[in-house]
Amino acid sequence: MAVLLTVTFLMIHLVPGDPVRAALGPTAPQELVVVRRHALGLDQPLTTQFARYVRQVAHGDMGTSLITGEPITKTIRARLPATLELAGLAFLIAVLVAVPLGVAMAAMTHGGRRRSLELGFTTTAGTFASIPSFLLAVGMVWLFAVSLRWLPVAGREGASSYILPVAALAIAPLFALSRIVRVEGLRVLDQDYMRTARGKRLPSRLVYVRHALPNTLTATLTIAGLLLGGLIAGTVLVENIFAWPGLGGVLVQSVSQKDYPAVQALALLFGTLVLVINFAVDIALGVIDPRSTILDS
Amino acid sequence: MRRPSLGRWGGALRTPVGIVATIGVGTIVVLAVIGPVLWSAEASRIDLNAVSQGASAEHWFGTDALGRDIFHRVLVATRLSVSLAFLATAFGALIGIPLGALPSLVGERLGRAITGFINLAVAFPALLIAIFVAAIIGVGARGAVFAIGCAVAPSFARLTQTLTSSVIGADYVAAARTLGVRRVRLLTRHILPNVAEPLLLTTTLAVGEALLALAGLSFLGLGVQPPGYDWGRMLSEGIASIYVTPIVAIGPAVAIILAALMFTLLGETLAKGVAGHTTSRWDERADDLVPSVEPPDETVDIGDDALVVENMNVAFPGGSWPVRDVSLRLRRGEIVGIVGESGSGKTLTAMAISDLLPPTARMTASRYAVLGRDPRELSDAEKRKLLGRSLAIVYQDPMSSLNPSLRVGLQLGEAAEFHHGLSRAQARERSVDRLRAVRIASPDVRLRQYPHEFSGGMRQRAVIAMGLMVDPQLLIADEPTTALDVTVQQQILRLLRDVSGTSHAATLFISHDVAVVSQLCSRVVVMYAGRIVEELDVDTLVNGPAHPYTAALVSAVPTMTSDRTRPLATIPGRAPGPFDRSPGCPFVDRCPVATSRCRAERPPLEPLGAEGQRVACWHPLTADALREQALKAASEREDVAV
Repeated sequence: MAVLLTVTFLMIHLVPGDPVRAALGPTAPQELVVVRRHALGLDQPLTTQFARYVRQVAHGDMGTSLITGEPITKTIRARLPATLELAGLAFLIAVLVAVPLGVAMAAMTHGGRRRSLELGFTTTAGTFASIPSFLLAVGMVWLFAVSLRWLPVAGREGASSYILPVAALAIAPLFALSRIVRVEGLRVLDQDYMRTARGKRLPSRLVYVRHALPNTLTATLTIAGLLLGGLIAGTVLVENIFAWPGLGGVLVQSVSQKDYPAVQALALLFGTLVLVINFAVDIALGVIDPRSTILDS
Repeated sequence: MRRPSLGRWGGALRTPVGIVATIGVGTIVVLAVIGPVLWSAEASRIDLNAVSQGASAEHWFGTDALGRDIFHRVLVATRLSVSLAFLATAFGALIGIPLGALPSLVGERLGRAITGFINLAVAFPALLIAIFVAAIIGVGARGAVFAIGCAVAPSFARLTQTLTSSVIGADYVAAARTLGVRRVRLLTRHILPNVAEPLLLTTTLAVGEALLALAGLSFLGLGVQPPGYDWGRMLSEGIASIYVTPIVAIGPAVAIILAALMFTLLGETLAKGVAGHTTSRWDERADDLVPSVEPPDETVDIGDDALVVENMNVAFPGGSWPVRDVSLRLRRGEIVGIVGESGSGKTLTAMAISDLLPPTARMTASRYAVLGRDPRELSDAEKRKLLGRSLAIVYQDPMSSLNPSLRVGLQLGEAAEFHHGLSRAQARERSVDRLRAVRIASPDVRLRQYPHEFSGGMRQRAVIAMGLMVDPQLLIADEPTTALDVTVQQQILRLLRDVSGTSHAATLFISHDVAVVSQLCSRVVVMYAGRIVEELDVDTLVNGPAHPYTAALVSAVPTMTSDRTRPLATIPGRAPGPFDRSPGCPFVDRCPVATSRCRAERPPLEPLGAEGQRVACWHPLTADALREQALKAASEREDVAV
């Protein structure tokens, strides 16, 4: 977290030249630049600025936009829910589909059976996992919204407007995760304790769900955490395509308008989200794995 | 030292996927070189008569708002898109690789700090890093290259760090260190050449990723700026008119996907070549390998026996035939041992009997009956019921045979819950009872624990208790004492004897240890190279085995009267493997009394001398003299070997 604070703080100072001048454009009068720079505190010594930045952040103040003059916190509060909704839904769907799919594929292709199914799955999953969300989104808009006219092209109105953006976001992580789950599943199915479970002649549902699944969770969770971080980043692109009223649009706009305080605040926000996810995954791993000692200490 | 071998890569590239990837990447590179030269004029010719058209014979991918031909623009944009991706990857490698190598060069504490930083950076989505770097450096192609470079750098750093830290532990690096080689030289001379190969592969994969990421940035308007154009830029221009002329967006999108896919495929193909993944050949089916099974001898009555198998074979695809023509019979309450070296097919025999072979294995038998019923003829549900209630297995390795994620109580109780319809509480009661039976103290507490909280001996006892939960008629114990120390071993043996005594269950006890088997069992089956070579009672085993192999096994066991000045007797030579197809006796190469007949003709398993004794040998050691001679020959050979 300290690293994150420092990095986001230094960000504005790494901009070549004068960030305020760059933001306001070469035609802005010199007085305005000086006033704005003073308002941002950029004319004070670096250490003072840093202390002020940390104090502000601690009080939930993320600064003021250079362009609109509005507090960035307000923008975030208005836009963040839409982004989290998108990322959250996509994540949920990805995990809920990927885990059973991966386990089922592992069970069916275990021990070199059903070679053609295995090849089909790895090829499909590999292809879809490597198509980035924004290209998928373009393709799906063309197919479902433009050609077939089943779903709206863009916007956030009604349940049907969620389908395309969520699907575009979810599909790549879904297949990426299901590949991991399958490989993990194959590893687990080769373990001696799975033979023990089969030896008890339990119905296969119990064998897979009770005995195999928990042992694939550690790897699955770790990857899922990384994917969730990636999903939040992916919203930036997908929101752009679907004109989704989330933070992605704000971020792109801020970057191209050189609204440095806003970029700084968003960097801090996204960075914190990623850290929180990592932390949550670590905690979850501690809870799930009986051998872990994280919770004991 | 690992050296990159072109042969391996060449092999990987000759697979269909490899050929596609090579041709694809080649085409992309050629297009990038010649594209702008050939088609620049067409790509920038403004035709106001053909504005924003869809696909047509003249304009395959349609035209843009100024009537410029998209297809030619896509071709021309190849150079910018691909070269930016290469630049970004190179930049990322330039930052990432030294950063990753740093921890092994600097002191330990600083190194750990750098590693921590790398791990943190890897956790951050590349796109976010790219956007923020682009914000600092400024929007444009140059900014995008730096941004993507910074975004891929952490993964390069992480890989380099992992690789170097594994190489640095290697002996030759340690040797170079003791010779006083300086750190930087150590890195350039000894470490980098050894990690170059995987890094090269990663670079290929990274080009594909950079291509996508750059397209994404340009698409957001943060990459290439007009009038310049790359695929991402064209895509973002196309998406605006996706309602009217969708092909305008689809064309560049397809180009991006294809190009990225080709680089990814190439990288993965090369990686497979390095990892030595050869696709195993499956042209030989396991079914064809085992001899066709003769119809069972109906005159022999199965009777009340717990287990009957006749002429059982187990084979795997690829020609492996580890269990050959095994016939076994267990009466109720009887303890029968199977002894043999590792690889003699003991465990697979047990697994075949238990219907727990790996899915690729093929099992055939002219007769196979558990409690008088053939599991092969039953439906899945019936089979589950028969085997689940009557057959229990005590597995070889107690450390890996218990599920690490589940509480011991659940693992013990579930079979009884399912097969005997017990409630949770009843199953728990029975578990407590069985744990007590195997002498585990405070079973109540133990049931709530996970396997890792048990000691090795306790786990083995828990596995036995688990087998006893269903009141089995047939207990198969696969080397249950091998992993244990001698005191615990004795307890387990006593326990097994009690079980078969009280419950009248038949026990098949598998071990490589003749001493243990002769202590516990009444009858012993000796396996060698997948076949039964002798079957005899324990007295005969100790006093007068007929097969030279059995005799050698017995003489290899040290006793109180063994001459301790002499090395322990061993059997020289090695058993033939599961692929062996030679016609003679499998023991011929190691046998002291072998003749030419033994090499040409395999001896059948036939009754001999003592009650119930069967042996597969042309020259059974019936007379004491013969046995003496065999043993003497064996020990003389031993002297030579030592």
